[in-house]
Amino acid sequence: MADQYVLKLYITGKTPRTETAVTTLRKICEEELQNQYQLVVIDILEHPQLAEDEKILATPTLIKVLPQPLRRIIGDLSNREKVLLGLDLRPTPAEGK
Amino acid sequence: MSNNQNGVFITFEETPADVRKNLISLGWPIQEWEEQRKWAFVDVSPQPGDETIIAGDYDLGALLARIENAIRKVNAQRVTMDTVSAIFSQFSDKRIIRRELHRIASGLKQLGMTALMTAERLEEYGDIARYGVEEFVADNVIILRNVLEEEKRRRTIEILKFRGTSHKKGEFPFTISPSEGIVIIPLSAIELKQKSSDLRISSGNPDMDEMCGGGFFRDSIILVSGATGTGKTLMTTEFTAGGVNAGERCLLFSYEESRDQLFRNATGWGIDYETMEREGKLRVICTYPEVASLEDHLIDIKAQIEAFQPNRVAIDSLSALERISTFKSYREFVLGITSFIKDRETAGLFTSTTPALLGGTSITEAHISTITDSIIILRYVEIFGEMRRGLTVLKMRGSGHDKGIREFVIDGHGMHIGKQFRNIAGILSGNIIHVAGLDDDRIGGLFKDE
Repeated sequence: MADQYVLKLYITGKTPRTETAVTTLRKICEEELQNQYQLVVIDILEHPQLAEDEKILATPTLIKVLPQPLRRIIGDLSNREKVLLGLDLRPTPAEGK
Repeated sequence: MSNNQNGVFITFEETPADVRKNLISLGWPIQEWEEQRKWAFVDVSPQPGDETIIAGDYDLGALLARIENAIRKVNAQRVTMDTVSAIFSQFSDKRIIRRELHRIASGLKQLGMTALMTAERLEEYGDIARYGVEEFVADNVIILRNVLEEEKRRRTIEILKFRGTSHKKGEFPFTISPSEGIVIIPLSAIELKQKSSDLRISSGNPDMDEMCGGGFFRDSIILVSGATGTGKTLMTTEFTAGGVNAGERCLLFSYEESRDQLFRNATGWGIDYETMEREGKLRVICTYPEVASLEDHLIDIKAQIEAFQPNRVAIDSLSALERISTFKSYREFVLGITSFIKDRETAGLFTSTTPALLGGTSITEAHISTITDSIIILRYVEIFGEMRRGLTVLKMRGSGHDKGIREFVIDGHGMHIGKQFRNIAGILSGNIIHVAGLDDDRIGGLFKDE
């Protein structure tokens, strides 16, 4: 089996920025990772302690837990190139199947 | 923070572990408070090894949520943010951070928090805070400075802005002591409210008492000024010994001579310091001025006075402390110490070394001559190739005193004040003139009995 992705997206409530981040991420995941990913969306307003544990500062924050290395991607993910870079999906040619 | 008001400490720079360790050295059991839910950390310190990529617009909603969470957790009334400026190093977009800081500040205000925010400055007398935003979100602004002035470090505190009330303006020196934390020396807050008494105490020298019209006043400050070797240490020794002999407690600070030297000198004048100290009537503290900053010395002197509760305090010499300080802080020091001693209705005798052998004044005199009650001047008097010593009581508040400049000699029993110098003028200025001509017979009559 190829790399299994574990992603956590931290958001604060329902804001336009949150919406953008969630939709963009879902789209990227569908297109690039198909079924090899696990995505958790965490609302910090409901679970502030989780943010404390992860030391989240800015929202939205996407944490790529797996595969290693752990990486944080901050922002509404509107910059698709950077998101892909952060998720190690570009520009390595040997990526994917 | 422990005054029954719980607190949240948001650390932007150091890790909570570091903060805990530093605060324990100041005597604050942070860990205990954390367990008792009186204190909570919000860790915003940079995480090493974290790779962060910015992809789009963001806000600090998570931080605000975490702060609110911590406040709820410990039911806090106070929030500290140390150092807000550090957050700018984690995020490159200053515009967003500014907006978010405003949001956090107003969020805290809504929660009714007393918030303390620290921000760093690039220059001591430049912009108030590094990114020019931190001060605008605050109601009160206090500036701490650590200024390098003539090769001396000097910490000052200034209240720049304090909404809704009046406050003292300008910079005040402060120091950090391990036992008390920040100790501020508020100068303009000193008031001249001390009582005055007409009780006389002995100067320890009968001749001197007579010149002063019966001794010093009990709660007066006496300044003894003179060049090196004129007998200032002797006067302090006699002053302290006179106090001990009258059953009073005396505290002597020496900044020029070591303990052994002082004790040997005293023995040389027939005064037994060792017995006096053993009986608890006297305490001699010898330090080099250089071991601490002037502010620390002031704190130390005050603490020693509080601890020993003396009736008399002698400082030999005050001007030695001038070496370690700048003009400004020295003036503040002298004012601080004199008003502290006067406030306690204690007799104080300070000595001041004049730089010139003949005549001259020192900075000390310029500073405290108006707040001292008595000034005694010791001078060398050059008479035909011989150095003699002379003294005069320049000022004695509330009492008549001998106005003459009298010769004195020092022997194995201390100081002996003799007759007034005659036919000589200009002793104080150092330009000695023999007024009545230089006829041999007149010289013979120079010290003629009255």
